[in-house]
Amino acid sequence: MERAIKEEKRVFMTGNEVVAWGALAAEADIMYGYPITPQNEVMHYWTRLAPKHGRKFLQTEDELSAGFTTIGGVLAGRRAFTATAGPGNILLQEPVSMAEMMRLPMVMAIMQRGGPSTATVIYSQQEVNLTTSGGNGEALRIVYSTATHQELYDYTIKAFNAAWKYRFPTFILGDGYQAKMREPLVMYNPQDKGVEMAASEPFVGKEGKFGEGREPAHLRNAFSMEEELYEVVMEHIQDYNKITPQIVEYVSLGCEEADLVIVAHGIVSRAAVAAQEKLRREGYRVGFFRPITLRPFPVRALRKVCKSTSKFLVVESAFGQLARLVKEALFGLEAEMDEIFMPGLGITSEKIIGHVKKKSELKV
Amino acid sequence: MSASETTMPKSWRLETKPHKFCPGCGHGLVLKVLGQVVDELDIQERAVFGCDIGCSLLAWDFFNIDSVQTHHGRTTPVITGIVRANPSLIGIAYMGDGGGYAIGSQHLVNAANRNDKIFVLLVNNTNYGMTGGQMAPTTLPGQITETTPYGRDVDETGSPTLGPEMVAAISSETAYVARGTVSNMSKLKKFIKRAMENVVAGRGFSFVEVLATCPTNWRTNARDTWKFLDEDMKKYFKVGEFKTLPTEREE
Amino acid sequence: MKRLAKVVIAGEGGQGVQSIADILAEAGNEEGLEALYIPNFGIEQRGGVSVAFVQIADNLIGSPKFEKGDVVVALSDRAVNRVKCHVGANTIFVYDNSLIEIAELPEKTDDYIEEEGECRPVEKEDQPVSLPDKIGKVIAVPATDIAKKELHPRVFNVIILGAVVEAARIVGEDSIKIAIENNLGKKFDKNPELRELNFRALQKGIDIVKEALVRS
Repeated sequence: MERAIKEEKRVFMTGNEVVAWGALAAEADIMYGYPITPQNEVMHYWTRLAPKHGRKFLQTEDELSAGFTTIGGVLAGRRAFTATAGPGNILLQEPVSMAEMMRLPMVMAIMQRGGPSTATVIYSQQEVNLTTSGGNGEALRIVYSTATHQELYDYTIKAFNAAWKYRFPTFILGDGYQAKMREPLVMYNPQDKGVEMAASEPFVGKEGKFGEGREPAHLRNAFSMEEELYEVVMEHIQDYNKITPQIVEYVSLGCEEADLVIVAHGIVSRAAVAAQEKLRREGYRVGFFRPITLRPFPVRALRKVCKSTSKFLVVESAFGQLARLVKEALFGLEAEMDEIFMPGLGITSEKIIGHVKKKSELKV
Repeated sequence: MSASETTMPKSWRLETKPHKFCPGCGHGLVLKVLGQVVDELDIQERAVFGCDIGCSLLAWDFFNIDSVQTHHGRTTPVITGIVRANPSLIGIAYMGDGGGYAIGSQHLVNAANRNDKIFVLLVNNTNYGMTGGQMAPTTLPGQITETTPYGRDVDETGSPTLGPEMVAAISSETAYVARGTVSNMSKLKKFIKRAMENVVAGRGFSFVEVLATCPTNWRTNARDTWKFLDEDMKKYFKVGEFKTLPTEREE
Repeated sequence: MKRLAKVVIAGEGGQGVQSIADILAEAGNEEGLEALYIPNFGIEQRGGVSVAFVQIADNLIGSPKFEKGDVVVALSDRAVNRVKCHVGANTIFVYDNSLIEIAELPEKTDDYIEEEGECRPVEKEDQPVSLPDKIGKVIAVPATDIAKKELHPRVFNVIILGAVVEAARIVGEDSIKIAIENNLGKKFDKNPELRELNFRALQKGIDIVKEALVRS
């Protein structure tokens, strides 16, 4: 495939544009999509770029169709993706559950908007529950929560490679702020950086004749017996657990000597890092922990943090969706959990600093 | 009777025969014709067969053709996605009346309207068979089902969906649309072959609805089954071609 | 010393608020700095006040929105009320006094008060136009009048851009001119006089703020 990015370059653009370029650099062949704010410009940029690079696009009738046509693209052996948000993410969960059962490497970019229902088209972190565990199964998917445009680019590329390498549906979880804001990043050709591009291959319509090295594919997601299903699901779970250490990513700053660890993900983690730095400068012993993969969650790393600090402040633009994952990870350990929950609202570093300072026991 | 009508189609998967459909079910007849057409057009290795959930699911290992189970109502977008990504493949979406006209109707309407180069083959047996015989969009007025135990009341639940008529109205000039019946196999084969040829030629969307029997849920004996298919169903569902190339059109 | 400038610009739809913010952020990027621009968007945008947030800094920027701005700009009565919660004791507040009348401008205060109040704007039509008690500096820029009388009504927002550039003092004139070229270059190519007009408007805004800051 012709390289979409000839040379490394610094650019200044919106997050939706970054996702389109990232998909192009990741050698995505086809996007299927349905309009919903705030992800629309992913399609807008893709439809402008795609024909120049021999890639394709289909606008579908809804997000069910966007998800199932994406599955079709994957079955045909193409690196296929879609992008959506909010109510569209709800519809997308149905095809994602099929992808989990059949180990289909579909890739999705989610730009979280306010919820529940139509709510706002602006911003939230309220699609964590849905994106990490929205199906009628065991949530065997990979979810990368990005914080910067550089990460949006890096993890869009990574999402395609992880999906095709491990054969689990993979999400890039952004939000409306990331979608619409502009900031600089460096675009590059992943091969030039030594990124291993996982090969894609068809599940149906392979080359060759039946009986001559090719057998007809019979792909299933329905089973008549409990035992059959159990075996298949357990095999997937074992695979998922086996690759978890290779997939899990997180950031941990100053947690070893801290009286309090601020936990945040995605764009809120930027406010949390800024708050942690400022509080440290003022003498507060504060650490910072950020899961990059929300699924699989960096359980071991967080439990290790808990051994030196048992006080956590979970900060999120949702009402406890990240906190639920944190609590689950820390189950059985002694931990105190404080919170800043602001569903559908941006969180500033000032807010976090003010909150921490109010806790008198954390004096310098 | 020619040899092709007495022997199994080459594209059938022998290990899975006899098949799993109920005795007297129309699905086996439809799939027999489909297999013959695949053989005659020599597309066994280029075809991709998608099965909806419902009785049509039982066809998932019926052929030696690349086959994929999908979700209820979602076979049309899966097959659309495959063919959009790789147009050299021949996509066949196989479904029932519930999958095509109820839960997946938006996909049928939009694939037809976009003129996607796929073949949608829909079996109409006037009920949801797999789930135990509930009312379908195609259930006849007055027909008794599990969810219309006193007979379908059209004031309450509407009239039977006329699928090919609808698809013909919204599809492009290059589409092929027909309704066949398992009571006339030679005509059904002609329709399915034309539909498939239209897709193989990359001309346009192809849609065939087939009137089929379901004695299990109709609770009919052989004679009443045939009567229901050939008399009652035909009162509402006109058999014939609704859209075809002008050169092929016949009265 | 690490540099960081936080700017909020607000006005009515059609005043070019988002273009000013976009060009300012792009100039930051041209300087090789971190720059982050985020519009407020959504249903609120239609008929509501248009607000843009820009941050330019040496290091990676924190949250895209913030509480107190270093420079806060309002270009309509409603906009003043919409953004006044972003005005703090160190804020330079810029407004177009040919459009807005603010009854009693408060005295400049030197004592800095740490504020942790959250900015929760409420848009009400009948609110009187007012400002908080503690403001770093208030600068009136009669951009609309100047544009009409001396330049062209269309470059009203470029005068404001000049004022912001001078008030924020984080991007140089060269970078801002490159960013203007990036955005309007095609129009300039068709009509080279426009370039001259825009750059004069930019200079006008810079000069007004420079003078106001010297006087204080």
